[in-house]
Amino acid sequence: MIVDLFQKTRECSRRIQSTDEPTSSPASVVCKNCGREWTAQRYGKNGYVCPECGAHGRIRCRTRIRLTADKDSFQELFAELSTADPLGFPGYADKITKLKEKSGLEDAVLTGTCTIGGAEVCLGVMDSYFMMASMGSVVGEKLTRLFEYATEHQLPVVLFTCSGGARMQEGMFSLMQMAKVSGAVAKHSEAGLLYITVLTDPTTGGVTASFAMLGDIILAEPGATVGFAGRRVIEGTIGETLPDTFQSSEFILEHGFCDRIVPRSRMKKELEQLLRLHGCKGR
Amino acid sequence: MKRSMEEKLDWIRSPKRPNIDDIISGVFTDFVELHGDRLYGEDHAMCAGIARLGDMPVTVLGQRRGHSTQQNIDANFAMAHPEGYRKALRLAHQAEKFSRPIVCIVDTPGAFCGVDAEERGQGEAIARCLYEFMQLKTPVVSIITGEGGSGGALALATANEVYMLTDAIYSVISPRGCASILWKDASREIEAAEALKITAQDMLRFGLIDGIIEDSRLESVLYRHIKTTLTEALQRLSGQNGSQLAQMRYEKFRSYGIFNDNI
Repeated sequence: MIVDLFQKTRECSRRIQSTDEPTSSPASVVCKNCGREWTAQRYGKNGYVCPECGAHGRIRCRTRIRLTADKDSFQELFAELSTADPLGFPGYADKITKLKEKSGLEDAVLTGTCTIGGAEVCLGVMDSYFMMASMGSVVGEKLTRLFEYATEHQLPVVLFTCSGGARMQEGMFSLMQMAKVSGAVAKHSEAGLLYITVLTDPTTGGVTASFAMLGDIILAEPGATVGFAGRRVIEGTIGETLPDTFQSSEFILEHGFCDRIVPRSRMKKELEQLLRLHGCKGR
Repeated sequence: MKRSMEEKLDWIRSPKRPNIDDIISGVFTDFVELHGDRLYGEDHAMCAGIARLGDMPVTVLGQRRGHSTQQNIDANFAMAHPEGYRKALRLAHQAEKFSRPIVCIVDTPGAFCGVDAEERGQGEAIARCLYEFMQLKTPVVSIITGEGGSGGALALATANEVYMLTDAIYSVISPRGCASILWKDASREIEAAEALKITAQDMLRFGLIDGIIEDSRLESVLYRHIKTTLTEALQRLSGQNGSQLAQMRYEKFRSYGIFNDNI
């Protein structure tokens, strides 16, 4: 049966339950997937990927930049933008204040320029520790400015996405960011410039339904959740539990919505190669 | 008549209010419905075709909501699958080719959330609409006639001018969904609806829409209001060339967002 064939694929690409980069600094970390215990140092040195089973943990944006950009090459842009509370939404301002202190970030994305294998690029990295990297006005504005900057300076854009979707606390201002960033992506593309998306865990909702799916080349980390609708919403509608593989990187690769799955250990090398193939150089 | 939030939500859910078929027959003439995305299938939740507004041929796109349960089942309660968005996009490009303006009649709880929708790339389908609509070199005018549900609505509302009916709503998340996430209590939807600021009056105050079309108990009066609004909007836009129209659309959406700029 055809179904059996798919069954086998599902077994092989079973969703990995990964362990995230710790926010404090514990001595040891237990992999949520295989249960092996590692020293925090060993786990961190392996890029927050389990050395035993390969489960990819979620990482903070500064760690991602360290793993991706050439040493000391990242220069932040648009750091001056910070979150407002346009609707006076209950509890939002307090939540933002606390998160800023805890995370050391202004909002859920860092943007700037760096070199990757010597090629100059505009880099954006979303951070799921900040309100699940939901997209409000600041995320939308920073990314729009990043694409505009890249268009003006004839640079490629590399974006590491993760997000719970549009940020409901900013209401319709959040939704409009989807159109705004997509418009900026279009202008960048019209100028003949390269845009690489890297989908990381989890990329969902309004981010999937806008710039995450608009890369010239779309890469994904293994085992990441990637989808439009919330899994529980769908399960609630159909009244059954969905397999672990549903809405994974492997699932969207099979259905034709990403180009390649790239393990974190090879990500920088692959990005370098793709940039070189597009003739991207330093200045 | 001025409706409370609760009355607005009741009105939104009423199967009696005019749907896209009523609006097409009340506002346009010579409508020819066109089907299929040429990639996968036909989506009954998305209505698309060519019609005349006065003398002018236009392409009409929008979600279809039924008046009866059977009609709603057939149209999947106005929740389009990816093929619906791809059909809309195909006909938007066709409109551009023949220099026809596009009119979108937006009325949806949102894009459909389901296994098959995910398999066929619901996210990509909406993203592609946003990206392509931003660049269309023909006028686009959208009217949110009832429920403007999140990305599924925005996909057809990336327009040069956007209008809403008096009691229509436009929201990033359904009030019920918001209440259940925020307070784990879906019954607090009125409170969530108030906090989310989703009314046409809120949208106008925020500058996120261009105007409110006054609703009327008399459908013929409502259709006259819609026709006048569309005719005037398309007249205003007719002076612009294709690139100007795309640039205007970009600048319009580029300006949306509220944040602190601490320079």
